[in-house]
Amino acid sequence: MTTLWPQLESLLAKVQKPARYIGCEDGAVVPAHSPDRVSWLLIYPDTYEIGLPNQGLQILYEILNERPSSTAERAYAPWIDMEAELRGAGLPLFSVDSHRAAADFDLLAFNLSAELTYTNLLNCIDLAGLAVRQAERRDHDPLIVVGGHCTFNPEPIADFVDLVVLGDGEEVVSEISDVVGAWKAAHGNEPVPDGSKAELLLALAKVDGVYVPSLYDVAYDGPALVSVTPKFPGVPERVQKRTIADLAEWPYPRRQLVPLTEVVHDRLNVEVFRGCTRGCRFCQAGMITRPVRERPADQVRTMVENGLRRTGYDEVALTSLSSADFSGIGDLVRDIVDAPANCGQVSVSLPSLRVDAFTVGIAAEIQRARRTGLTFAPEAGTWRMRQVINKLILEDDLYSAVESAYSQGWRRMKLYFLTGLPTETDEDTLGIAELGRNVVEIGRRHHRNPSVTVSVGGFVPKPQTPFQWFGQNTREELGRKIGLLRDATRRERGVDLRWHDPAATMAEGIASRGDRRVGAAIEEVWRRGGTFQEWSECFDLDRWTEAMAAAGLDIDWYVYRHRTEDEVLPWDHLEAGLHRDFLWQDWRDALDEVGLEDCRWTPCYDCGACTGYSIEHIVASATPPAGGSQGTGQLAGLASTPVALGARAPVVTS
Amino acid sequence: MRVRLRHTKLGKVRFVSHRDLARVWERTVRKASLPIAYSEGFSPRPKLHFGLALSVGHESLAEYIDIDLSSGGGVAIEELPELVSAVLPDGIDVTGARQVADNEPALQAVVSSVTWRFRTPETDASALGARLDSVLAAETMPLAVVRKGKPQEVDLRPQLLRAEITGSDGVTGLEVDLATEGRSVRPDELLAALEVPVDGTRVLRVEQWMNVDGLRQPPLPAEPSRSLLAEAIG
Repeated sequence: MTTLWPQLESLLAKVQKPARYIGCEDGAVVPAHSPDRVSWLLIYPDTYEIGLPNQGLQILYEILNERPSSTAERAYAPWIDMEAELRGAGLPLFSVDSHRAAADFDLLAFNLSAELTYTNLLNCIDLAGLAVRQAERRDHDPLIVVGGHCTFNPEPIADFVDLVVLGDGEEVVSEISDVVGAWKAAHGNEPVPDGSKAELLLALAKVDGVYVPSLYDVAYDGPALVSVTPKFPGVPERVQKRTIADLAEWPYPRRQLVPLTEVVHDRLNVEVFRGCTRGCRFCQAGMITRPVRERPADQVRTMVENGLRRTGYDEVALTSLSSADFSGIGDLVRDIVDAPANCGQVSVSLPSLRVDAFTVGIAAEIQRARRTGLTFAPEAGTWRMRQVINKLILEDDLYSAVESAYSQGWRRMKLYFLTGLPTETDEDTLGIAELGRNVVEIGRRHHRNPSVTVSVGGFVPKPQTPFQWFGQNTREELGRKIGLLRDATRRERGVDLRWHDPAATMAEGIASRGDRRVGAAIEEVWRRGGTFQEWSECFDLDRWTEAMAAAGLDIDWYVYRHRTEDEVLPWDHLEAGLHRDFLWQDWRDALDEVGLEDCRWTPCYDCGACTGYSIEHIVASATPPAGGSQGTGQLAGLASTPVALGARAPVVTS
Repeated sequence: MRVRLRHTKLGKVRFVSHRDLARVWERTVRKASLPIAYSEGFSPRPKLHFGLALSVGHESLAEYIDIDLSSGGGVAIEELPELVSAVLPDGIDVTGARQVADNEPALQAVVSSVTWRFRTPETDASALGARLDSVLAAETMPLAVVRKGKPQEVDLRPQLLRAEITGSDGVTGLEVDLATEGRSVRPDELLAALEVPVDGTRVLRVEQWMNVDGLRQPPLPAEPSRSLLAEAIG
């Protein structure tokens, strides 16, 4: 294996942002390659700026490099100009650590966090010099592995990959590495002979959490999926996700990568807990990462202290799906801000603020300087709608939160909403404009020209959630709803409406709940040049509609159709831990506008995430956080509020 | 207390932009635990003063930065090169440090010329020498450039203070002094005027010069030992 750097450096003078391709980050390792080590190339299939901060990729990078039997490097999707230079010069996808060719590695492992990156996955495989279809690759080619949230329905990309990893990667990555290492050793660490990959795939299919799509038969009856079944004995009928029981055992990344060029989330990031049981029904992340596993507060303090000293960052984000829910969050952030070593110069940020005044109070303590903007996510415009999606925020929660924020010096509010939700009426949609208007009104009591950004995304139903049966709103319907909001806010000074392109929402819908046949359409979009589909300047709806037509697939059927209870879903053979009957009941509850409280502080609803794996929530506090909104006790005293809660009998555990 | 540092920018880090390098320096002073002074206001930033920007892709043996330390920091200036280099990326090494006056004029204002060295593998030295002779003999050297998105014609000749061929080992070398005051000329533009292919040509800033009482001198001389090391890497 040799470095491509001398050939690459002459290309770098011709492309935008060449620092994307040089590596050299603080925290990067000098890779130790040898024939008896299993070599991984960890790839984020989007730009360096988006991919570099990805915590999952960085965690696996460290774990694999710490082991004596493996080594790992990183790669990111080259931007369009660099791709053209590479193809023009006959050069392949390369690692940024030692600038080796991708095909020199044993495994190419992709992090899939967004469905619209699927065409970039194909482009990266192609740019590595490999056939994009799994069946056409040679036995000595690298294995293509995918992990990340999208893999809870990997069927649309099943024909392109060798392995799919479900759930937390910390443990399983070593197990995969050991199986591949043993297979290499059995062949004397020489290029393997033809026919030897079949035995490897069979062995890997026996690793918990690993799904090998090529070992399954898929049967259809007309448009309907009938079954996905193992071809061979020993291959599991259902693949379970992996879950690490205790985050305290995995204090990673220990050496977060610090890039030389600006990236998103360019700060120290410390994960304070994994999983979320708020139960927002639209939220795939909250459903598939259960149970809640908090990191001990002392370990968080140590990771923050060491991380700030090592990296030189002056900002740390305490990351999770809802960081204000961390037990003792107030004390923790005060300790960080007041630590003598931080000289008062370190700011703390909590991504995904909870919507209540208590949370704003914490924000006020930790953002003593730089009080520019705060972001809240009420997600829906009316209380009725928020009960349907189980985001139990009262209007008073929101108004007291923004009142508190404006009075303490923040000037810009950003509110996130979804439209196209189940049962949504025009009144619900227009409620979004109403909330925005009222927030501006509150702002006027404090500032002359308050500005509120109302950001509206089209809802895409995701696999392994209660809304997986819901027929997505059509592109036209989403466009109409956005039109309603534009009309309603046109004359509102101070309300700045932003919206996501409904065409991209439709494409995301195709990739999210598609079955294996959708792979042909994704390949066609890629062949027509459709890379970087998350980037509006690169997205073109016609490529998707034409590709679906070329593959003989019906967009209405895949995206806009409601599913029935008895329908076989493409991901039914893959387990995120949630019982199907729990999800179905939660879907019925949603339609009945019945909310469900957070199970961290209420009896168990038996969703399956804990009981199925004999693990439990790890939460330091048995009581809900102070001032907690979103269905943690703030509804108890509000008899006048028409709220239905806990319709389901809690499961009694003895 | 204001401290002036001299540093290199060599190898892969030459692709890091001036703006990104500023962010690297902000983290570096904190990593080195320097008692750095911060600006006032809502968004306090470390007080760092940068010299002339270096284009992305160009290397340098002579970059300069002024850093304001809070008083009573107890920093030994002679230890700074070692201390700071240890936490800088590969390719950036501090090769000199000296205290300067708190009201020292800004680096960008005092530098009046720059010595550049070009190494161009695919150029015939004698042909380049002939072109250079005719340029140096002429009184003007009109050149079409783009400034702020608009095509313009500038006279490069007054900016070209010195030029000589320095080639060896089959690689043609060219060393020039370009004035930075008045209509500035970019090294790439000079190369184009001399019909030297920009692709594959390495551009190295060897020194920056300021005028002190009619004599030119660098804003801060390199420490001999560290400077030799840097030359060897370059």
